[in-house]
Amino acid sequence: MASAKTVDKRPLSPHLQIYKPMLTTLMSITHRITGAALYVGTLLVAWWLFAAATGPEYFDFVSGIANSKFGRFVIFLYTWALLHHMLGGIRHFIWDTGRGFELPTVELLARATIIGSLTLTFVVWAIAYAVRGAF
Amino acid sequence: MADMRTPLNKVRGLGSAKEGADHFWRQRMTALANVPLTIFFVVTLISLWGKDYAAVTSYLGSPVVGIVMLALVVSAMVHMRLGMQTIIEDYVHSEGIKVLCLMLNTFFVILVGLSCVYAIVKLSLGA
Repeated sequence: MASAKTVDKRPLSPHLQIYKPMLTTLMSITHRITGAALYVGTLLVAWWLFAAATGPEYFDFVSGIANSKFGRFVIFLYTWALLHHMLGGIRHFIWDTGRGFELPTVELLARATIIGSLTLTFVVWAIAYAVRGAF
Repeated sequence: MADMRTPLNKVRGLGSAKEGADHFWRQRMTALANVPLTIFFVVTLISLWGKDYAAVTSYLGSPVVGIVMLALVVSAMVHMRLGMQTIIEDYVHSEGIKVLCLMLNTFFVILVGLSCVYAIVKLSLGA
């Protein structure tokens, strides 16, 4: 490791608060935040699978929590985080091919990610309610 | 006496860390696998929503669903471990706490992953 003294005396480059917030910046940090949220969210998936493997009574208990208003709200956010992170990842795949680095394209991809994730989430939930028949 | 050598100068000539593009490549491979697996998972959730215990367990216990769910769990766990590793390395600067966080990251992922695998296997064998 470098000794702290030699590192600290060097000038620091401007950090986040210096720059004007932009949609691309927001999409970058949102990708990381949704990723971290999904990391924690796997606990819910594990809990659900565990409940199904445990028995009917415990499964009904967990199902009841998942179907409550709060449960649905959390699962709704989870769905959005999942789909947003997925679309963000696809955006990164496009960049991996060396394409899409022109500023208008970058801006377009950022818009497509947020609009796409919100639209997909609402579509998924509309289908879910329609299939269940419980509007 | 102050150490005037730069960090770069200290590591020059020591060779690579023997990792190269491994992190990047595994992250991208699991990301690619996660796209169809995630779509499958969302469709599964939709179709199982509101169904009773018998319906859910028989669906999750069917061979194809079981295998795909296992693939999803393994791919997702590897992917999220790599992602959290990057977040920790970006924000935790104290060496000791960083190593501790990286260890906890691995333990968390293995524990959650094995719980999911245990449940899926149990359902597949008829819970």
